[in-house]
Amino acid sequence: MHNPSEEFKIPIGPQHPALKEPESFSVALRGEKILGVDIRLGYNHRGIEKACEERTYIQDMYLIERVCGICSHSHSTCFIQAVEEIAGLAVPRRALYIRTLVAELERIHSHLLWLGVAGHEIGFDTLLMYTWRDREIVMDILAELTGNRVNYGINTIGGVRRDISSIQIQETLKAMDLLEERTKYYIELGLEETTIIKRLSGVGVLSYEDSLHFDAVGPTARASGVKRDVRKDDPYASYGEISFDVITDTGADVYARTIVRLKELMESYKIVRQCLKNLPDGPITVRAPRKIPAGEALSRYEAPRGEDVHYVKSNGTDKPERVKVRAPTLANVQAVKHMLKDRFLADMPIVIAAIDPCFSCTDRLVSLKDDDKKADVMTWQALHDYSIKWHSQRGVDFGKLNKKLQERLSK
Amino acid sequence: MNVVQKVINWSRLKSPWVLHFNTGACNACDIEIIAALTPRYDLERFGVLLKATPRHADILLCSGPVTRQIEDRLVRIYEQMAEPKFVVAVGTCSCSGGVFNGCYNIKGGINAVIPVSAYIPGCPASPKAIMDGVVKLLQSLEQKEGK
Ligand code: SF4
Repeated sequence: MHNPSEEFKIPIGPQHPALKEPESFSVALRGEKILGVDIRLGYNHRGIEKACEERTYIQDMYLIERVCGICSHSHSTCFIQAVEEIAGLAVPRRALYIRTLVAELERIHSHLLWLGVAGHEIGFDTLLMYTWRDREIVMDILAELTGNRVNYGINTIGGVRRDISSIQIQETLKAMDLLEERTKYYIELGLEETTIIKRLSGVGVLSYEDSLHFDAVGPTARASGVKRDVRKDDPYASYGEISFDVITDTGADVYARTIVRLKELMESYKIVRQCLKNLPDGPITVRAPRKIPAGEALSRYEAPRGEDVHYVKSNGTDKPERVKVRAPTLANVQAVKHMLKDRFLADMPIVIAAIDPCFSCTDRLVSLKDDDKKADVMTWQALHDYSIKWHSQRGVDFGKLNKKLQERLSK
Repeated sequence: MNVVQKVINWSRLKSPWVLHFNTGACNACDIEIIAALTPRYDLERFGVLLKATPRHADILLCSGPVTRQIEDRLVRIYEQMAEPKFVVAVGTCSCSGGVFNGCYNIKGGINAVIPVSAYIPGCPASPKAIMDGVVKLLQSLEQKEGK
C-alpha cells in the first residue's frame, strides 16, 4: 500500500475530465496536499507566429484571430493596431467605436462562459446550463453584427468590414437590458449563495505582492487589488472617450475573481450602451496599402483574460518579418503554481479555471540544442528519443509502450 | 439478427455517448461543442451525453488540427475506446488542417492519424451544424444496422 507520508505523483491531462484543453500537469502530492505542480504545455502549439511570416497581412489577420477562439477579436485587434501604427493609418472613429463594441460583446460572452465553466468545476452544473443559455443572447447579437458566432472577422486593416444599422442598435440595446437583468441575478447568487461562498473563498489565494511578483494580469490581478487595466492605463480604440470603472477586489481568492468578473459584466453593458449611443457618423475604413513600410510596433489590448501584447516587425513587403504574441494566460499561468502549493488536490480544477486559462493562446515551443551532434535544432526523432531517455531515468518506461504503438500503427 | 442483438443496436443508437478531445483547436470549435450540449441546442435530447473517459464513449468528437505533440495521445485515446467506435471531425481544421495548413507543428486533419466517420466543416462549426452532423451519423448507422 502507498504510504501517505511519502510523496506521490499523479499526472493530470492531456485528456482529463477537468480540463477542456490538452495540457498536462504533474502534481506532487502528500496525502491530499499538493507539494508542487509541474505544468507541461505544447500540446496545442501550432506554430502560428512562424506561419504569419509566410502569409500576407490580410491572411495573417484571419490566422491571428484563430490563436484563440474565445478572445478572437482581442488578438486580431491587437495585431491590427500594431500594423496600423507601422503604416501610419488613421482609423475612422466610427470603426474604432465598432471595434470597441465588439470587444465588449466578446468580454460579455467570455465572462458568461467562464461563470458557467467555474460552476461546472465546483459541481454546480445548473449554473453552467443557466449561464450558457443566457450567453446565447450575446452570441446571437455577435452573429447578427459580424456574421459569425465566433472568429468574427470584423476587423480589416484600416477599419472594420461591416457597418451597424439602426435596427441592429435597437436589437443590441434590448439584449443588453435582458443580460443585465440576468447578471444582476447572478451577482445576487454570488453574494448570497452559501455553497458558492464557502466553496470559493480562501481558495487559490494570490496576495497583492505575489500578484505583482508573478506579473498577473486581468481579472486575476484585479481580484488581488492590483488596479491594472489597459483600457484605462493606455486607452486604445475608443476607450479614451468612454466612462467606466476598473473593478478591483481585495479578496485575492477565487471568490474575489468571480465577483470581479461579474461586476465587469455590468461595466461592459455600460460601455456597450455608450458605444451605441455615441456612435459617430462617417466611413468605416480607410484605404490601406498592401505593402506595409518597414518598422516595428508593440500593441497592448485588454482581452477578457488580461493584457494581450502583440509585437509586429515589418520589412516593407506584404508579409511581416516577425510577429510575437504574448497572451494573458502565459502571464497568469506562473501564478497558478503558487496558488496551488500546499492546497488540496480537490481545489485544483477550480483554481486553474479561475485564471480563465486559454492554452491555445499560450502554447509555446521550446527549442532544444542537441548536445551530441552540435546541431542547432534537434530533429523530431532525436527529441523523441531524448524524452524517452529522460522518462526512463525517472522510472517510466515508454520504450515498451511505444513499440506496441508503433506495431499497431504499422498494421 | 436475434433479439438480443436488436436490443443492443437499438440502445446504441439511442444513447451515443461522446468524448470530446481537443487536438490543437483554437477553442472556438470546443465552445461550440459545449454550446450544442447546453439548453438552447440541447444535444442531449438525442441521447448524447458528454463522457469523461474514452472507455465510456462511442463517438470521439475531435476538434482542431493534429499537432505533433498530441498525435500519439490521439491514437492512444482512439485505441482505448471500445468497439464499435466512430470519430467525428468538428471544424474545418480538423477536417483538413484548415487555416493551419503548412504550420510546422501540424500533421493535418484528424484523418491523417485515425479513421474518421463524419466531417463537420465550418470555422467554427456552429452548434446547429454539429447537431446535424451527429444526427446524420446516427441515421446512417441506423440504415446500416437495418440491413
Ligand atoms: S475549425 Fe476554425 S474555429 Fe474550429 S478549431 Fe479550427 S480554426 Fe478554430
